[in-house]
Amino acid sequence: MAQTPTANDASPVLEVRDLQTHFFTRAGVVKAVDGVSFTVRRGKVLGLVGESGSGKTVTGFSILGLVDAPGRIAGGSILFHGQDLAKLSEEEMRQLRGNRIAMIFQDPMMTLNPVLRIDTQMIETVQAHAKVSREEARQRARDTLGMVGIPSPEERLKAYPHQFSGGMRQRVAIAIALLHRPELIVADEPTTALDVTIQAQILAEVQKLCAQTGTAMIWITHDLSVVAGLADDLAVMYAGRVVERGPVSETLDAPLHPYTAGLIGSVPSRNKRGEPLRQIPGMTPSLLNLPGGCAFRTRCPKAQEKCRQDPPFGELLPGREARCFFPYNVPAGEAAA
Amino acid sequence: MSTTTANSAAPAPATPAPKVETPFRRFVSEFAESKLALFGLAVITLIALIALFAPWLTPQNPYDLAQLDILDGRLEPGTRNGLDTFTYWLGTDDQGRDMLSGIMYGLRISLTVGGGSAIIACTIGATLGLLAAYAGGKTDTVIMRLVDLQLSFPSILAALMILAFLGKGVMNVVLALVIVEWAYYARTVRGTALVERGREYIEAAQCLALPTRRIIFRHLLPNCLPPLIVVATMQVARAIALEATLSFLGLGVPITEPSLGLLISNGYEYMLSGKYWISFYPGIALLVTIVSINLVGDQLRDVLNPRLKK
Amino acid sequence: MAVYLLRRLLQSALVMLAMSVIVFIGIYAIGNPVEILISPEADQMERERAIRALGLDLPLWMQYLSFLKNALQGDLGRSFVFNEPALQLILQRMPATLELAFGATFIALLVGLPLGLYAGLKPNSFGAKTVMAGSILGFSLPTFWVGLMMIMVFAVQLGWLPSTGRGQTVEVLGLRWSFLTWDGLQHLIMPAMNLALFKISLVIRLTRAGVRETMLMDYVKFARAKGLSPARVTYVHVFKNILIPVVTVVGLELGSTIAFSVVTESVFAWPGMGKLIIDSINVLDRPVIVAYLMMIVLMFITINLLVDLAYSALDPRVRLEGK
Repeated sequence: MAQTPTANDASPVLEVRDLQTHFFTRAGVVKAVDGVSFTVRRGKVLGLVGESGSGKTVTGFSILGLVDAPGRIAGGSILFHGQDLAKLSEEEMRQLRGNRIAMIFQDPMMTLNPVLRIDTQMIETVQAHAKVSREEARQRARDTLGMVGIPSPEERLKAYPHQFSGGMRQRVAIAIALLHRPELIVADEPTTALDVTIQAQILAEVQKLCAQTGTAMIWITHDLSVVAGLADDLAVMYAGRVVERGPVSETLDAPLHPYTAGLIGSVPSRNKRGEPLRQIPGMTPSLLNLPGGCAFRTRCPKAQEKCRQDPPFGELLPGREARCFFPYNVPAGEAAA
Repeated sequence: MSTTTANSAAPAPATPAPKVETPFRRFVSEFAESKLALFGLAVITLIALIALFAPWLTPQNPYDLAQLDILDGRLEPGTRNGLDTFTYWLGTDDQGRDMLSGIMYGLRISLTVGGGSAIIACTIGATLGLLAAYAGGKTDTVIMRLVDLQLSFPSILAALMILAFLGKGVMNVVLALVIVEWAYYARTVRGTALVERGREYIEAAQCLALPTRRIIFRHLLPNCLPPLIVVATMQVARAIALEATLSFLGLGVPITEPSLGLLISNGYEYMLSGKYWISFYPGIALLVTIVSINLVGDQLRDVLNPRLKK
Repeated sequence: MAVYLLRRLLQSALVMLAMSVIVFIGIYAIGNPVEILISPEADQMERERAIRALGLDLPLWMQYLSFLKNALQGDLGRSFVFNEPALQLILQRMPATLELAFGATFIALLVGLPLGLYAGLKPNSFGAKTVMAGSILGFSLPTFWVGLMMIMVFAVQLGWLPSTGRGQTVEVLGLRWSFLTWDGLQHLIMPAMNLALFKISLVIRLTRAGVRETMLMDYVKFARAKGLSPARVTYVHVFKNILIPVVTVVGLELGSTIAFSVVTESVFAWPGMGKLIIDSINVLDRPVIVAYLMMIVLMFITINLLVDLAYSALDPRVRLEGK
C-alpha cells in the first residue's frame, strides 16, 4: 500500500466500540453482533473476516443504519468522525448514506433494480444528496462509470441491468457507491459472486480508487487470501464478536487467536502442497445456543477449564488485540500485560 | 408482538431447554397465533354441526309443503306462527316457510354441494396433476393444456354454459362445479410435484425400484399436501359461493329444495317493498360460512407458505 | 415483434377453432338440435323443410363445416326470441357491459393499490390488519347478495341512488354510454362498485404480497444504502416492480370481470350482454348463447394479447420472442 504521508494519515474515520446488534425473534434473542470493536483509518482498508453467520454482514448494515426489524442496535457506539451514528435519526442517517458512507453488496445480480435504467438509478443517487440539475447529475454518472472502467458509458447509461454481465454490474454498483466520493465504503463480499479473473480486476480497481481518493474501506469477506493482498488491518469475527484485530501482515504471519490460526491453516496454498489441509473441527455454533464463556472453546485445541469464563478483549502485543486466555505467539511474560 | 417474545426470552439462561417441536406441533402453534383463524375454525365447526343436525334443531321441515302455511307468508321476524306453536325468529318467506329452518336446511345443501364437489374435484385434479408431473412429456402437455383452457375461462361462465346444456339439478350443479374446479387442484399439485420430483428422496425411491404407484401416492403426494390443503380450503368457499350464485340466477338447485342462494333469490322481489329479511338472513348465513372458511384458509396459507418462513 | 404477433394471432385462431368445436358439440350433440334450432310451433312439413335447409340430415362433420362457414361470415344464427341476428344482439349490448367492467376495474385499482401498498409497508399495524380482514370479506361476500344489500340501503332505505337500469345515455362514436351523463353515472356507480368489490380485494392482496416480497430484495436495501428518501424507495423502486404483476393480473381479470358482470347485471337489471345471456339461457335461446360464447372467447384472446404487450412494455427483462 502506498503510504500517503499526510498529517491526518492515522486519523480514524470510523471507530466502532463494543457494538451490539440483536434480533428479537420468536425463537429468542439472536445476538448477531455481540461486542464488535475496530477502527478504520483514512485511506486504509480494514478486512473484516469471518465465516458465514459470524455477524460480519450485520455489522456492515449496522454502520449504515440498515438493520431491519426485528433487529436493532442494542448497545455500543459507531463513531464516524467522532459522531455516534447509532444515535442519529433516520433522516440524518439517510443524508449520510450513499453520500459520506456508501455500501457495495455481495451479489451484483440482485443489487440493481431490474426495472429501472442505469441512468435513473445513478441520477437519483446524485440528486438524493446534491442539488444539481438532471444534466449535471447525468454528467457525473457518466464520468464515474468511466472511472470504474466501463467502456462507452454514455450508451451504457441507457441500458437496463439485465443487459450487463455480473462483473459489469458490480462495477456499476461500485460507481454508484463512488458518486459522492464517500469517506467510507462498506464492501460486503463484493467479489465473492464473480469469476476469479474479474475478481482480480475489481480488487485492483478498488485498491487504486481508494488510494487516489483517500477513501477508507471496510472489506467484508470470508476469504483470507483476498484480504491478504488488499487490507491494511484485519478484524476476525467469530459468533458475533471480534476475536482478533491487528495489522494484516503480522496477524497472518503470527496469529494470536486459535480461531485465526485455524482459518489461516485451512487456506490451501502452494507451499503446503501434499500436506493434508488442516481444518477447524466442529461447526459454527447456532447464535441462539452459544456455549458460555469463549464461544470458540468447543472447537479450540487450546481450550481449558478457564475458557468457561469470558476472555477479555485486550492488547496482547503492541497494536495487536485478541479475545483469548491462551493465545499463540505471545511470549509467556507478556500475556499478563 | 415482538416485545412480548423479547421479554419472555430475554432472561433465558445460556442453555435454554427447548421444547420438543414436531412439525405438526409447530404447525398448530403457528396456526393458533391468529385468533381470527381460530374463531373461523370454531364457527365452521358450529355451522357444520347445525347443518348435520338440522332436522332435529328446526321447528319445521321447510321442504315438506304440508308443513308450510301459505297464510303465514312474509311474516316479520319474531312473529308467532298461525297455530301459535313456535316463533318465526327470522320471519317467513312468500310460501310461509320459516326462514330459520330454511337457512339451516339450506346450509346442508350448500355445504354438501360445496364440500362434495371440492372432494371430487380435488381427487380428480390431484391425481391428474401428479400424473402430469411424474409422467412428463406428452401426458403432461395434454393435461396442462386442458388445465390452461379451463383456467382461462372464468368459473361462472363455464358453470353457466354447462348448466345451460345439462339443465338444473343438484347433481348437475356438482358436476359443473367439479368441471370448473379440478384444474386449480391439478395446477397446484403439478407445480409442487415437479419441484419434489427432482429431490433426492424420489430418486432414492426410484433406485429402490418401488412401484410407480407407490412412489406417486406414498412418496410424492404427502409432500404436495400443504399447498393442496390451502387450495382445497379456498376452493370449498368458492364452490359454496358459486353454487349460491348459480341458484340465485335460477340455474342451480330446484325450487323445492332451496339452498341459501335460492332463498336469497326468492326474497329479491320483496326487498324493494322493504321486506328485507327473506334475502338478508340467508345472505348473512352464507357470508359467515364463507368468511370463516376463508379466515382459516388464509392463515393456513401463511403458515404453510415456505417463502414467508423466517 | 411482427413474427411474435403473427404467431400469437395464429395461436388465437386455433383457440377460436377449438372453442367453436366445443360449442358446436355442446349445442348439437347434447339434446336434439331440431328442438333447439327450430321453433317449437313449427308443424311437421315446416320441420322437414327446416331440417333439410339447416342441413341437419347431413353427417356431423359436414354440419360443423357449414356452421364454421357461417360463423366466419359473422352469421351465428338468429335469436328465436328477438328474431334478430344473434351477433347483432350481443354487439348492441356490449358497450353497456364494457362500461361496467372498465368502471369496476378503475375503481378496483383506485381503491386497491393504495390500500395494498399501505398493508404491505406496515404489515403489523392495526390499519393493515383491518385492510386485510376487509379484503377477506371482499373475497367472501357473494357479489349478488352485496348487490341486493346495496340496493336495499342506497336505493330503498336512503333513496340516494337509482336501483336498476342504465339511466340516461348519450351517443358517442355511434354507441350509447351512461358515464357521460350525471343520471347515467348515478346509475353506473352502484353496479360498478358491486362488480369491483372482488377485484379490490384481489388488487389489495397482490399489491401487499408484492410489496412484502420486493421489500426483502437486495436492490431495495441497496436503494436505501444509496440514501434515497423512503418515498422514492417506495414509489419508484418498490412500486414499479409490483406494478408488473398487478397490471398483468388486473388485465387478465378484465375478461373474468366481463364474465362476472352476468351476476351484477342480473341484480341491477343492467342491460348488457350478461343480462342477455341469462335471459337466453332461461328461455333456451341457443343461437344467442353460441354467439355470446364466441364473442367472449374472442375478447379473452384479445385481452391476453394486450396484457402481454403491456407486460413487455413495463418489464425490460421481458422481450417478446422472435424480435
